[in-house]
Amino acid sequence: MREFGYHRAADVSGAVALLAADPDARFLGGGTNLVDLMKTGVERPARLVDVRDLPLDRIEPAGDGGLRIGATVTNSELAAHPEVRRRYPALAQAVLAGASGQLRNMATVGGNLLQRTRCGYFTDASKPCNKRVPGSGCPAIEGVHHNHAVLGASAHCVAVHPSDMGVALAAFDAVVSYETADGPGALPLADFYLPVGDTPHRETALPPGALITGVTLPPAPVAARSRYRKVRERASYAFAIGSVAAALDVADGVVREVRLAFGAVASRPWRARAAERALTGAPADADAFAAAADAELSAARPLPDNAYKVTLMRNLTVAVLTELAEEAAR
Amino acid sequence: MGPAPAPTHSAITLQVNGEKYTLSVDHRTTLLDALRERLDLTGTKKGCDQGQCGACTVLLDGRRAVSCLQLAVAAEGREITTIEGLADGERLHPVQQAFLDLDGYQCGYCTPGQICSAVAVIEEHAAGWPSAATDDVRPEAGVPELTAEEIRERMSGNLCRCGAYVSIVQAVARAAGAEEAAV
Ligand SMILES: Cc1cc2nc3c(=O)[nH]c(=O)nc-3n(C[C@H](O)[C@H](O)[C@H](O)COP(=O)(O)OP(=O)(O)OC[C@H]3O[C@@H](n4cnc5c(N)ncnc54)[C@H](O)[C@@H]3O)c2cc1C
Ligand code: SF4
Ligand code: FES
Ligand code: FES
Repeated sequence: MREFGYHRAADVSGAVALLAADPDARFLGGGTNLVDLMKTGVERPARLVDVRDLPLDRIEPAGDGGLRIGATVTNSELAAHPEVRRRYPALAQAVLAGASGQLRNMATVGGNLLQRTRCGYFTDASKPCNKRVPGSGCPAIEGVHHNHAVLGASAHCVAVHPSDMGVALAAFDAVVSYETADGPGALPLADFYLPVGDTPHRETALPPGALITGVTLPPAPVAARSRYRKVRERASYAFAIGSVAAALDVADGVVREVRLAFGAVASRPWRARAAERALTGAPADADAFAAAADAELSAARPLPDNAYKVTLMRNLTVAVLTELAEEAAR
Repeated sequence: MGPAPAPTHSAITLQVNGEKYTLSVDHRTTLLDALRERLDLTGTKKGCDQGQCGACTVLLDGRRAVSCLQLAVAAEGREITTIEGLADGERLHPVQQAFLDLDGYQCGYCTPGQICSAVAVIEEHAAGWPSAATDDVRPEAGVPELTAEEIRERMSGNLCRCGAYVSIVQAVARAAGAEEAAV
């Protein structure tokens, strides 16, 4: 590991000033991703600016029934918060489906959004990888890619974003706020992650040195009936091979409003807008759910070893929406 | 002109099991290595060193954490509890006693991490935290009972190469029952 300086930031302006002064500096949240990548030499920061003491550790009411979640709120605190569990249960479930109790106590909301892909070529500094070393190639396309993207990928990178939390945030139209030395800014989650294109090393629309200060969830009554379901290769404590965050409002057997987002299928949490459009106003039954899933997945471009994800996502979407519809009928 | 190089070492004070230790650390030092190599507190074990196995679990301000991904310098100012700090003199912590009584281990390598994790699991459950095994996470649904399924999910960050899981779950259930009966 490269040697590095360490600063514990006491206020937001001090934190962003340190990053602005040194392009080789990084923020340190819980360190559960960054420290891991530093050990393997994938990340080589010259200094770390620890954000854990910043006054960004609160969950507060926002707008008329929304919530503002500070960037240093831990994943555990987020999932345990009564208002999160009441208004956005799928968000609590998504967070609880990720990592382990120990890691969720350490991991922050800001760090979770910016965690890097688990693609094995990316995490092995001895391998080529366009995301880590632009222009070096993407060995996953011809190599190991059973957990890689089926939606929105490019010939330059087929990695998936591993966050569970982000999938629920995408479904609920979260807005990420940040601060730079030039002042504050905000990005809807839909615009937060950049399309892959030929620049897979550029992952987000955050300006250089930006500190994430929080995430705002707009009010969404539909979210009160929501679920997150994750499929993985063992019962617990593994990254998703596919996941769905869904919210459903049904009246007289007809879908009034639906929110749907997919995880582990793209370089970012994937909001399934084509499926939402297909389903709004349709009957709340398995056929309509399957048709909606197909509307989204018709854009899928699987590789030889990850075509199973298309079927998996279709079945998962139908199962989760069916559960929600049954709940609504009770 | 680039920024002035930052110092790569710091003198820090760690508070471990109620005692203060002052040491100079290279910033690259993890809390796990500081505990084992510098403070001679070798109860905390190194398994994977990548956050995957839970052998290095300690309590930070009462919350369980993996010490292999925690930088020592970033742990300054936090109250650290390791397996060495759980017993009250000669009297074992109820979770330690339950692991002993129910053979919640074979080789014992994962055990300090299992026990630290279990202590926190019982507290998290008492605080009303749901888990991924909880069907309805809404607060109105109440706190789920600490069933074997809940324990397995909550303890899933602690791997055991010997596969002593059956008795680990029993030990956590007994300790949780004993603590809840005591309140
Ligand atoms: C064994 C293991 C299993 C896991 N399983 C899962 C899983 O199943 N599902 C899942 O979703 N995740 C999983 N994770 C990943 C985990 O959720 C992330 O590591 C964690 O959320 C990152 O948060 P952090 O605060 O520790 O980030 P850090 O490691 O501190 O930082 C990550 C990145 O974010 C940047 N950063 C941190 N805070 C800010 C900020 N406020 N502003 C700007 N930049 C910032 C850092 O500079 C760094 O680039 C797992 C991790 C491990 C080690
Ligand atoms: S999929 Fe992306 S991250 Fe993985 S090797 Fe290819 S370029 Fe790198
Ligand atoms: S040694 Fe820390 S989790 Fe394995
Ligand atoms: S008892 Fe041997 S690893 Fe768990």
